[in-house]
Parts: sequence; structure tokens; C-alpha cells
Amino acid sequence: MSPITRGFRRRQEEPPEGNRLPPGQYLTRDFPVLSAGPTPDIPLDEWELSVTGAVDAPRRWSWDELQALPKEQPTVDIHCVTSWSKLDTGWEGVSVDTLLDGLDVFGAYVVVRSYGGYTTNLPLEDMTDGKAWIAYGYDGAPLEPEHGGPARLLVPHLYFWKSAKWVTELEIVETDEPGFWETLGYHDYGDPWREQRYWGD
Amino acid sequence: MSSATGATERRIVGWRPATVREVIRETPSATTLILDVPAWRGHRAGQHADIRLTAEDGYRAQRSYSIASAPEDGYPSITVERLDDGEVSPYLVDDAQVGDELEIRGPVGGWFVWDTQDGGPLMLVAGGSGVVPLRSMLRHRALAGSDAQARLLLSARTSDNVIYRDELGGVDVTFTYTRAAPDGWTGYARRVDRDMLAEVAFPPAESPRVYICGPTAFVEGVAADFVALGHHTDRIRTERFGATGG
Repeated sequence: MSPITRGFRRRQEEPPEGNRLPPGQYLTRDFPVLSAGPTPDIPLDEWELSVTGAVDAPRRWSWDELQALPKEQPTVDIHCVTSWSKLDTGWEGVSVDTLLDGLDVFGAYVVVRSYGGYTTNLPLEDMTDGKAWIAYGYDGAPLEPEHGGPARLLVPHLYFWKSAKWVTELEIVETDEPGFWETLGYHDYGDPWREQRYWGD
Repeated sequence: MSSATGATERRIVGWRPATVREVIRETPSATTLILDVPAWRGHRAGQHADIRLTAEDGYRAQRSYSIASAPEDGYPSITVERLDDGEVSPYLVDDAQVGDELEIRGPVGGWFVWDTQDGGPLMLVAGGSGVVPLRSMLRHRALAGSDAQARLLLSARTSDNVIYRDELGGVDVTFTYTRAAPDGWTGYARRVDRDMLAEVAFPPAESPRVYICGPTAFVEGVAADFVALGHHTDRIRTERFGATGG
């Protein structure tokens, strides 16, 4: 039973659709930025994305090759572990299903690697069947570097640190390998609806 | 290592009751709350904690705040800046009183931290209330008797907006005022830029550990300037806050 905080009252309006806000989250209209170090400067002519690891044939795309793949425009709600949520965010990018199409995959987990050294981990099944994208557009414009441009992973059903900014590699692995925040106290899976913020949640 | 929560511990303890022990008005818009937390197991300088408030009707709201106190203090304190359209920060800044009860979870975060054994030189750059976790590091350094060199560059709108003004008198600090400088001020009176960092910061050859905290645009700009000056990205750690409606 939580103690009552004397004099504290709700000041924010009730969310329009209450069932879209996971426990402990509040709505923001801004787009806060969280990252651990400098924003990497990535020239598009040097940018690349690869699928590596436990697959029958590794794949690699240049920026132009990625742009040539079929694109989707998901509108999704995003939830940051620092408690803000943002509804109906509009993205443009390529479904991870498209990247993996026709590939033989021999692992059940993915290590996601980014320019700048960031890593995160998630089960492969959380990246397939329309659940994840490589996003390069946001709100009708190219994705800003501070928000992960040129391209970031977008996995909106998990806390947003899983949606790695500046993504460059998806390594398929057979055993789960905790990533950057996952070794620094944050939950290995990160389901906002089960409030899996930290170790032990 | 102290008893601090670090990467060696695989569990972050849950919500615990906390009582406001002391209220310190730092500036017209920022307040420090010193909290009594039974069996607080310590924290590392730079970590944060989640704070949860419960209204009489059961409504709850939680936010993350940097911990302002040093590990040696033995208690957590938070310093909160009021966001006028916020829900939690106006309460904590203006309404919270000694004896009020809330909940705390943490400490959390193992990246934007500095322990004395990490050594120096320590180059800290803060925009506004971004000074909070850096104050924890400076206080840790002082209370632990570290001889690591440390320097703070603090950007504030005016001198009235400087949090921990008295305490910062004891450290190597450079102020820059972006809106109005005091009468007779001969120091910096502009936003932090590359030239200022070249003058104030330890040079890249000394390989300082750089910690930058402030609003997003501030952190983006300062971090990019450090990289442009030749500092290695691996030595630069950032923490950001935006106007998140908090």
C-alpha cells in the first residue's frame, strides 16, 4: 500500500484512451532524447546495415539499397522506461520481415549493434511478423540524428531503449546476450505492459 | 567498492517509502528534497532514482530524477526544477514539506556514474539543472578525499538560476550566463561553444573523463564540440533531459 503524498493531485488530463497508457507512464507531446554519449556522425555513403550471425547467408545493404526495399509507414505508440509515452507517432522504414525474407535463421535471439557502440538484445520473435522496422523517417521527414538517424530500429511494443538508434547490424545468435542497458540494471526483455523496467521486475 | 548498487547486483529493489527530511530552496525554480529512506543501501555518484507520488484518490505519477547527494551522505536527495506545465515537478518544488511521504525506487543506472577509483581528470559540463548528477560526483570526490583533478563548466540563464551556488565555491568552476550576467561580470556571457570548451576544458592530450548533462540541444551541441576538439567519444558520457511535461 503506497503512502498518500499530502497535497498531491492529478494535474494532467485523463489520457484520451486510458487503455493505451501502460502502468506508470505519462503522456508527453514532446519527443525527449536519451542516449549515453555523443551522437555519431554517419555519412550516408559509408552507412550500411547487415544481418549476420546464425544465418545461412549474411546480408548487407547500402543506404541506397535499403531505400529501394519496400517501405512501410507504421503509426505506433512508444513508451520510454523513464516514464513518458507518446501516442500515434508516425514513422517510415523497412519491416524487419522484409530484411529476413527467404533467409534461413538458426538462432532465436538478436544482438542489435549501433554506430557508436550501443547494443541491445531481444528475442527474434519480437522482431518478426510486423513487430519491428528499420526506420529512417519520422513525422514526414528524414529521421533526425539525435533521434537515431540515419536509421534506427523501431520495436514499439517494448520499452524504447530496445529501439536502438543509429543501427547498423542485426546479429542472429543462439543464446540471449544482454546489451548495453541490459547489463547496467535494465530489464532483459522490457515489456511496458508488465512494467519490466529494471532487473528483477 | 562500497555497498553501492552496481552491475554486480542482479536485482533493483522495488518501491520503498521515503519521508522528506529537509527542504532546501535552491533557486526560485528549483528545490532540493533530502529524503529519509529506511535501509537505503547507497548509490553511486551520477545515478538516478524513480520517485512516485500517490494522491488521495489513488492517482499515481512517477518520474526519474538524478540523485543529488553523494554516496558518502548516506541518504538520497533530489533537486527538482519546476516545469510550469508539469504535474510532479510543481508539487515537489513548491508544495512538498518536511514529513511528507512519497516512494522511491533505485538507485538506477550504471553508465553516467563516476567513482573515485575511475580517476581523473574529470571534466563536467552542465546546462541549468543538469548540474544535479555532476554535483553528486563533485561531492563524492570531496567527501572521499579524491585527488582527481576536476573542473565544472556551468551554463545558467542568470546567476540567480545557479543551483548549489555556495557549495560550488569550493571547486574549480567556470560560469557562463546566457541571459543576463551580474553587474561587473567579466566572465563568459554566452552559450557554451567550441572556443569556450577549448579554453576551459582539460585538453584531449590529458584524456579527461567528460560528463555532460542538460537539455537535449545543449548536450547535443557540447558533445559534438568535444568530439570536434579531438576528445575520444569513449571518454564522453551524456545524460539528457527535455521538457517532458514532468
